[in-house]
Amino acid sequence: MNLTILILILPLISFLILGVWGKWLKPAQAGLLGTISLALVTLLSYYTAWQYFTMPRTPEGTFETLMPYNFTWLAFTETLHFDMGILLDPISVMMLVVISTVSLMVHIYSLGYMHGEKGFQRYYAFLSLFTMSMLGLVVATNIFQMYLFWELVGVSSYLLIGFYYTKPAAVAASKKAFIVTRFADLGFLVGILFYGFYAGTFTFSPTQTALVAGGAAMLPLALGLMFIGGAGKSAMFPLHIWLPDAMEGPTPVSALIHAATMVVAGVYLVARMFPLFIAYAPETLEIIGWVGAFTAFFAAAIACVQTDIKRVLAFSTISQIGFMIVALGVCTGSDPHEGGLGYMASMFHLFTHAMFKALLFLGAGSIIHAVHSNEMKDMGGLRKYMPVTHITFLIACLAIAGIPPFSGFFSKDEILAASFAYSPVMGWVMTGIAALTAFYMFRLYFGIFWGKEVEVHGSHKPHESKLPMTFPLMFLAAVTCVAGFIPFGEFISSNGQAYHIHLDLTVAVTSVVIAVIAIVLATLIYMRPAQPVADKLAKNLAGLHSAASNRFYVDEIYQFVTHKIIFRYISTPIAWFDRHVIDGFFNFLAWGTNATSNSIRNLQSGQIQQYALVFLLGALALILILLLTF
Amino acid sequence: MEYYLIVSAIMFFAGIYGFFVRRNTLAILISIELILNATDINFAVFNRFLFPNGLEGHFFALFSIAISAAETAVAIAIMINIYRNIRSIQVRNLNEMKW
Repeated sequence: MNLTILILILPLISFLILGVWGKWLKPAQAGLLGTISLALVTLLSYYTAWQYFTMPRTPEGTFETLMPYNFTWLAFTETLHFDMGILLDPISVMMLVVISTVSLMVHIYSLGYMHGEKGFQRYYAFLSLFTMSMLGLVVATNIFQMYLFWELVGVSSYLLIGFYYTKPAAVAASKKAFIVTRFADLGFLVGILFYGFYAGTFTFSPTQTALVAGGAAMLPLALGLMFIGGAGKSAMFPLHIWLPDAMEGPTPVSALIHAATMVVAGVYLVARMFPLFIAYAPETLEIIGWVGAFTAFFAAAIACVQTDIKRVLAFSTISQIGFMIVALGVCTGSDPHEGGLGYMASMFHLFTHAMFKALLFLGAGSIIHAVHSNEMKDMGGLRKYMPVTHITFLIACLAIAGIPPFSGFFSKDEILAASFAYSPVMGWVMTGIAALTAFYMFRLYFGIFWGKEVEVHGSHKPHESKLPMTFPLMFLAAVTCVAGFIPFGEFISSNGQAYHIHLDLTVAVTSVVIAVIAIVLATLIYMRPAQPVADKLAKNLAGLHSAASNRFYVDEIYQFVTHKIIFRYISTPIAWFDRHVIDGFFNFLAWGTNATSNSIRNLQSGQIQQYALVFLLGALALILILLLTF
Repeated sequence: MEYYLIVSAIMFFAGIYGFFVRRNTLAILISIELILNATDINFAVFNRFLFPNGLEGHFFALFSIAISAAETAVAIAIMINIYRNIRSIQVRNLNEMKW
């Protein structure tokens, strides 16, 4: 357990080395350095997880929460202080494993994908920085440390989205991502301050005295504000607009940051504050659940008509995060047998989703590498040329569609069971969205690997990627195949006690049948080279189709609100006031000083005798005054 | 005593007048010497007539003479440098110090 500090320090060191001396390193050396340090971190994480989960349980049947390190950094009062440390509990240990695994796979994959790119060393430096901050986020011992690393994660996401900084679209996307999430983090910060004031502490367990003094009444507000920050990072409606644009970054980055790890930070935040939500703010949790459900549906609907494969995956990510949020939102108690199932389901889905969504993105990267395009119209029939990518992509699609025995089935089933337990409406809504998920994923799959034959680009046919790129695909596919059989509930559940996952047969059968129907539908529509049904549907529902293609005009609404209303009616008058009144005052002062000085500069003539004369006259005047007064 | 003081007053104001109206730095220096000598005379005279038992005034005059000699040396050195720079020792050409 004492080695856990290395999990944070190793990526930091590799970031510093690559950041400062990267210029003098060969790209291969830089890549190797980053990958090896990450491999060590991964081993350490696995070791920590193994040690942690083999520890004897407490008498109540829970795992003990450990704090191997905790330093007071800034102390305000006895109870209110900013700490820095490492907190180990089931969810943080699980996150350590997820993050380090996906990050290692992305590091290996990037060796092939980014080969020969300008700024290879910089890329690895940023990857290390990101990994360090994400790991720091999940092991935070208090909400403030979490916030610090939260912002660091945001910065590294910004840097990596804008990695191709000569591309205007990438620059715009990175700015958009940063500003939107930063705006949401304002809510988080205010929430933290509220929490600090009313709960009397920054740790995750409020002090009794503060609660008795009336702080409990304010906790729902504080937690709700914190969720705004979480919604920004996790791309919940209406703060989701940055995530599709973030696909401008290199594809491995999308896999790591915008699919597997950073975007689930919001889910992790809610899970971290879960005991407080249950105890003090169940209504807030319910609202959060509905926000998640709406987002899941909204994003799934958009994903059905997008043509850029990375954007389809981005919207699918938003939708899946919606699932996790729903799973948390439908919790009504902390006992997993009565209303607390969603917590476990959410964490389980987070785990499986991280693996198969990273796999999907890395597969998409491999495809993009082969055909040099993001657009589905440039793809088709790739299954012959890229067998490994094809099979692994199919596995991931089956997993996300919820087909047994792949991992997505198990976690999604738990989420659906939890939703049905909460209310049948929520259950059916989520089942519908799951069907939609299966549909758009197989639309994507058939569009890429089946359908019309791909045109030959330039001189070479598309070919399978090299080993550094296919190895992560195979590894993640293997994980996706077996992850569902992990007895997840034994380790993580809402009250910490072991919970035996049992499949709810009716829910499982319904969801699988519906998913299969959706897949068959997608097969019928999209498998053939010509797609008469799809074209006809698009024509008959032209309004809906174009609205969904344009992402329901949410970006336009933002544009309208910011440019037409805020910029024009608030910013412009303020800018005028600043430029003319505030600046004008200081300009006037400067002008006055200048004018006065100019008018008296002739006194300084340089003629010594003139000075002497003035001096003498002055002396005489003084004498006269003295004589006259005394 | 008054005669001495009249002489020194004439020397003093002649010095002041010279300081203001002469355009040649050498002449200005000589004027300064006149002013200094006038004050030296005053020291000696006041000591001689008001405090005949004391010698401080005389000593002060001696000091003053020594210092004015040193000052003259410095001033002439400055003037030589000015001459080297602007090929003239007329004060009206010495306008580098304005503004």
